[in-house]
Amino acid sequence: MKLRSSDPRLRALVYQVSAAAATLLLGWFLISNTIENLAERNIASGFAFLDREAGFAIGETTFVPYSASGTYLEALTVGIANTLRVALIGIVAATVLGSLIGLARLSRNWLLAKLASGYVEFIRNVPLLVQLFFFYALIAEHTPVPREAIEFLPGWYLSNRGMFFPVPVFHAAHAWALAALAAGIATAVAFARWAARRRALTGGSLPVAEIALALVLGPPALTFIAMGTPLEFDVPRLSGFNFSGGVALTPEFTALTGGLILYTAAFIAEIVRAGILSIPRGQIEAACALGLRQRRILRFVILPQALRVIVPPLTNQYLNLTKNSSLAVAIGYPDLVSVANTTINQTGQAVEGVAIIMAVYLTITLTISVVMNWYNARMALRGQ
Amino acid sequence: MHALVATAGALVIVFAAAPAFAQSTLDTVRARGYLQCGVNTGLAGFSQPDSKGVWRGIDVDLCRAVSAAVFGNAGKVRYTPLTAQQRFTALQSGEIDILARNTTWTITRDTGLGLNFVGVNYYDGQGFIVPKKLNVKSAKELNGATICVQPGTTNELNVADYFRANGMKFKPVVIEKLEEVLNAYFAGRCDVYTTDMSGLVSIRASRAPNPADHVILPELISKEPLGPAVRHGDDRWFDIVKWSLHAMVEAEELGLTSGSIDRQLKSASPSIQRFIGAVGDIGKGLGLDNRWAYAIVRQVGNYGESFERNLTPLGFERGLNRLWRHGGLMYAPPIR
Repeated sequence: MKLRSSDPRLRALVYQVSAAAATLLLGWFLISNTIENLAERNIASGFAFLDREAGFAIGETTFVPYSASGTYLEALTVGIANTLRVALIGIVAATVLGSLIGLARLSRNWLLAKLASGYVEFIRNVPLLVQLFFFYALIAEHTPVPREAIEFLPGWYLSNRGMFFPVPVFHAAHAWALAALAAGIATAVAFARWAARRRALTGGSLPVAEIALALVLGPPALTFIAMGTPLEFDVPRLSGFNFSGGVALTPEFTALTGGLILYTAAFIAEIVRAGILSIPRGQIEAACALGLRQRRILRFVILPQALRVIVPPLTNQYLNLTKNSSLAVAIGYPDLVSVANTTINQTGQAVEGVAIIMAVYLTITLTISVVMNWYNARMALRGQ
Repeated sequence: MHALVATAGALVIVFAAAPAFAQSTLDTVRARGYLQCGVNTGLAGFSQPDSKGVWRGIDVDLCRAVSAAVFGNAGKVRYTPLTAQQRFTALQSGEIDILARNTTWTITRDTGLGLNFVGVNYYDGQGFIVPKKLNVKSAKELNGATICVQPGTTNELNVADYFRANGMKFKPVVIEKLEEVLNAYFAGRCDVYTTDMSGLVSIRASRAPNPADHVILPELISKEPLGPAVRHGDDRWFDIVKWSLHAMVEAEELGLTSGSIDRQLKSASPSIQRFIGAVGDIGKGLGLDNRWAYAIVRQVGNYGESFERNLTPLGFERGLNRLWRHGGLMYAPPIR
C-alpha cells in the first residue's frame, strides 16, 4: 500500500501522533520543572512523609481507627473515608429527595407543585457555601450545651455536640440474622425472575411484591427470634464535658451532609421533571387506553424512557455532590481536603498534597462515572 | 479558598521558570517600589487594620521597619492577609517578600519549607481559654473536652501532644478561618479554644462578647517563638530583615525612641553615633543607606515603643519579651 500526503488516513495519523507527543512533552516538562524548582528552593519533596507520624488529632473517623500517633497515610485514609461517607449518604438521599420533589412539581395539587418549585428556585439560586454556613450556625448556636441536652426520645440526645443515639451492642445472633437477610434477598431475586418467566410463558401473574417481601424479612426475623432476641443497647451517657457511648452525628457532619443533600436535590428534581416531561403525552394516553393502571404506566412506559434522559445529567450531579463535599473544610468537617491541608501545612509539601487530593477525587468521580455509564448503557439498550 | 491558594502556589512552582528567583529580593523590591508583606488576617496587636483601614500591630511594625531601612520611608508596604494555611505557600511562591504573621519557629519549618526564620519578635507559649461558667481551673481537667483549633498551626500538634502526654482524650474541631473558629467557640460548639497565649489575650480583649465570661488557663503547654521569615537562599535579604529586627531591640537598649532620636544625633555615645550612621558603615554590608537604622527608629520606633503601642493596651505583659537587661529574652547582637 502506498501512502500519499493527501491520504486522509495518513494525515489523521500524523495529527494524532503529534498531538500525543506534544501532550507527553508538556507533561514531562511540567514534572521535571517542578522537581527542579523544588530543589532550587530547598523545599522537601517526595512521598516519604506519608510514613511519618502525623501528630495531629482528627475529630471524627469513619470505620478507620486513628489516633494522633498514626502516620500521615493513616490520617489521609481517615479523610478519604470521611469524604466517602458524606458522598455515599448524600448521593442516596439527594436522589430520593430530588425525585420526590421533581414528582411533586408535576403534581396536579396546586399547593404541592408551587411549594416544590419554590424550593427548587430558592435552593439552587443561593450559593452552597452560604447555605452550609447557615446550617452550621443554626445547629451550633441554637442547640443547648451538653449538660442541658434535649432528650427527645429515650436515650436520644440533641446538643451542640451533635445528636447522640443508642446503638445495639454486637452479638453473634446479629451476624446470623444479617446472613439470613442476604440469603432472603437472594431467594427473593430468584423468585422474582422465575415469576417473570412464568408470566411470559403462561400469562398468569402472582403477587410478586408481597411474596418477595416475606422472603426478605422472614428468615432474618425467624433467625433472630430463634436465637433468643439478644438485644442490648449502648446508650449515650453524659460524662464530664460530653456524651460517651452510642453513636454521634456531629454538627459538622449534619450541616455538611444535610446542606449537600438539600442543594443537590434541587437540581435532581429538575432533571427528574425534565425526564418525565420528555415522554410525549400521547404515549401515556395510549397506555391508558390499553387499560394499564397508573403504577404500570410509570413502570413500563414512563420510567424506561425517562431514565435515558435522566441518567447522564444525574451522573453530573453525583460528581458535583462528591466534589462539593470539599467545602467541608469551611465548617470544620475533617474530610480529605481538610486533612490534606493540615498535612500540607505540617510537612510543607504542597505539590504532593495537592496531587493526592486530585488523584483521590479523580478516582472517586471516575468510579461514579463508570458505574453510571454502565447503568446508562443498560437502560439505553433495553429501551431499543 | 485556602485550597485554591495552595493549588495556586503549587502551580507557581510547577510552571515557574527556575532562574526567575535567582534575582535578589532587594533588587526586586526596589524595582517594584514597595515591600509586599504577609500578615495575619486580623489579630489585634499583631496585625489588624484599624478603623481607618491602616494596618497596625507589632508584625506590621516589623514590615514598616524593613520598608524604612530599604526605602527610607516606612510607608512603602503593601499587606497580604494570610490564613495559617496559606502563609508558607505565599512566601515560597514569591507572592510576598516577608512573612510577618505570628509564625512559630520550628526546625521542620526552618529546614523543610524553603524558608528561613530571621529571629523572634515575640516569645510566646500555647494556652487554653474556656468559658468561666464551666468552672475549669486547670488544663489537666480538660479530659473529654471538645477543642476548637485552627489547622496548619503548631497549636494543632501541641494540643495533641499535650493530651497524649497526660493520658487524656479530646475532640478537635478544626476550622480554618479565624472568624469561623471563634464563632464556633463563642457559640459553645467547643468547650475550649486553644492558640498562643498572645492570641488568647488579644481575642479575649477584642472579640469576646463579654471578656469577663472567659478565663485563660494557667498552663503554658509549649514554647512558641514567633518571628518573621524570608525565602531560603537570599542571604542579603535575610540579613536586612534580621538586622531591622535587631535594630529595633538595640534602639530600646540604647534608649533611642522615635521622639528622642533627633535630639540625640549629636550624642557623645559611640554606640549611638554608629547606630545612626554618623560614623562607621553599617549600611554598606547590607546594600542600604548608612542611616537605615536611624530611619527605622525615627519612623517606626524601638521594640518597646512598638510593644506599648500595640500590645499593652490589650492587656499584654512584657514578660519574656522584656530586654535581657530587665530579665527578658530580647537581646540584639552588637551593631558595630
